[in-house]
Amino acid sequence: MTALTNWLSQVWSVTLFALRTLPQRRGASLATIVGIAGVVAVLVGVLSIAEGFRAAMSITGPDDIALVLRSGADTEMTSGLGREEARLISDAPGIAHGADGAVASAELFVIINLPKRTTGTDANVPLRGIGPAGVQVRGNVTMVEGRAFERGRNEVIVGAGAARAFAGLDMGKTVRVGQNDWTVVGIFTAEGGASESEIWTDAAVLQPAYQRGDSFQSVYAKLASPDSFTAFKDALTADPRLKVKVVRQGEYLEEQSTMLTEFIRGIGVFVAGLMALGAIFGALNTMYSAVAGRTREIATLRALGFGPFPIILSVMIESVTLAVIGGAVGAALAYVAFNGFTASTINWQTFSQIAFAFAVTPELLVTAIIWAAAIGLVGGLFPAIRAARLPIASALREG
Amino acid sequence: MTIETRTSGRTGTGIESDNLVSVEGVEKTFRRGSEEIRVLAGLNLRVPRGEFLAMMGPSGSGKTTLLNLIGGLDRPTRGSVAVGGDRLETLSSRRLAAWRAQHVGLVFQFYNLLSVLSAAANVELPLLLTNLSRSERKRHVATALEVVGLSHRANHFPRTLSGGEQQRVGIARAIVSDPTLLLCDEPTGDLDRKSGDEILALLQALNTQHGKTIIMVTHDPHASARASRTVHLEKGQLMTEAAP
Repeated sequence: MTALTNWLSQVWSVTLFALRTLPQRRGASLATIVGIAGVVAVLVGVLSIAEGFRAAMSITGPDDIALVLRSGADTEMTSGLGREEARLISDAPGIAHGADGAVASAELFVIINLPKRTTGTDANVPLRGIGPAGVQVRGNVTMVEGRAFERGRNEVIVGAGAARAFAGLDMGKTVRVGQNDWTVVGIFTAEGGASESEIWTDAAVLQPAYQRGDSFQSVYAKLASPDSFTAFKDALTADPRLKVKVVRQGEYLEEQSTMLTEFIRGIGVFVAGLMALGAIFGALNTMYSAVAGRTREIATLRALGFGPFPIILSVMIESVTLAVIGGAVGAALAYVAFNGFTASTINWQTFSQIAFAFAVTPELLVTAIIWAAAIGLVGGLFPAIRAARLPIASALREG
Repeated sequence: MTIETRTSGRTGTGIESDNLVSVEGVEKTFRRGSEEIRVLAGLNLRVPRGEFLAMMGPSGSGKTTLLNLIGGLDRPTRGSVAVGGDRLETLSSRRLAAWRAQHVGLVFQFYNLLSVLSAAANVELPLLLTNLSRSERKRHVATALEVVGLSHRANHFPRTLSGGEQQRVGIARAIVSDPTLLLCDEPTGDLDRKSGDEILALLQALNTQHGKTIIMVTHDPHASARASRTVHLEKGQLMTEAAP
């Protein structure tokens, strides 16, 4: 036990010596901290985009909403259901029932062009026609401005994300789409989810406006409980009158967001990886200088009988300390600069814009610190080995 | 701490038991580019226990190189260095480091103190390599500082100490683990005459009163006069031996 304590004391003494002499190397140390802060800020910034997008597309709480599409359709865009099919779906077991009957909404999904507020360029915006139970199915929709649209009229309500991102979606404004004018009568939120990027109207008004006859593209159904999904799905897939695909809304949204989320993450890791290489060289340079500046002291410790491991550890600890400081600075900068920053991007899987807020999550901050520590470890390793291998006799005469 | 000369009881292969240090046919060469420089050329030296030996010679004569070989800080190209029965050239780097910690106290010309540690913490460094408890270490440090007359400066940092005081701290660090052998490389080379005399008197006391075996490299005849024997090196060979 005493041997271990003394070994730790050796490491502590050498490390203390290393850290206390940091001010003598403040220029190089600062350069390393700034370099690593830059890497981490970029990494966290880019990953916060992916995280924000993923959050916008994900469901929180119990996943008790089922989505029914035509069999073989991957998205609502490629799906199609008739009124009779929609009725059969609404009558299936497992659906929650309210005062007006089954809580299910047969819906239309079309894409319209609207200019972005930031660039003025046209973007694809989802316009969704919902049934009478459309708001009730989702359960997380809150009107923050105005009122709900009146059935049978060319009125729309706009998700808060869409209202922020696209021009002409302010309260009271009229949006001309094709041959029709639509008046914005309300703004709603949906707990930051994907619905906030959409414009909603009455499905019955949207059908003739887009010559959809009596067809829909999907049915959203509120389940009696999350566990009712299997019974609901089995009933629909076993019904010979229906050729449908039944998924949970959460799974559907996750599938819709996977490609873009992974793409953004890939870019983030690639760019940060390249920058990390540069930062590693910066750390290497700093630590080689640190070792060179302490040659005589390290040689003295070795001459006194200190083994190579306390020396290696001390150099590594110094390197990792600098790196973690840089990582913390970078993470803090990224948090201040990016967290909550709103943007919109096209989701290639639905060809429509999704508005979302960058999310610098605690997990991202931990990832950032791990990256920084890894840069510090790699950057400190070779100088540490060099320090441990210094020829004692000649090193004692240096300085 | 009790400062006394160790008697290991080991005689080693062919090494007389009253010689603490035995250097046999040692050669040391260094390479500088394609050039090979021979610093020591088949040198033999024996140092009995309890001796205070001064090594003199011009710059480049190999004094410090020989001191480094005896202290296990470097390895001979050829030949053998034995201290207290341990053949140093046979020890691995790790064992050699442990051997240095246990058997050798080093005193440097420029003190080589760690500037960020107090005098006491500097003196304590070699004890971190032992199994002594914290309180035992403190006690040993206090004794060593008392021996060199610096108890009142224990918490001072090197930059606040004079050169002579820093060298005293260096000596306290060298004796704190009660080593067999003290190796001093120009211990007064960076000091004025008065401070140098005090250091030499201290080394002499460690030799005569505490029985420490001391090998001291010096350019200064005044310093070598304190030793019980002086050897002269020139071009890597032992030229003459002289008693004071």
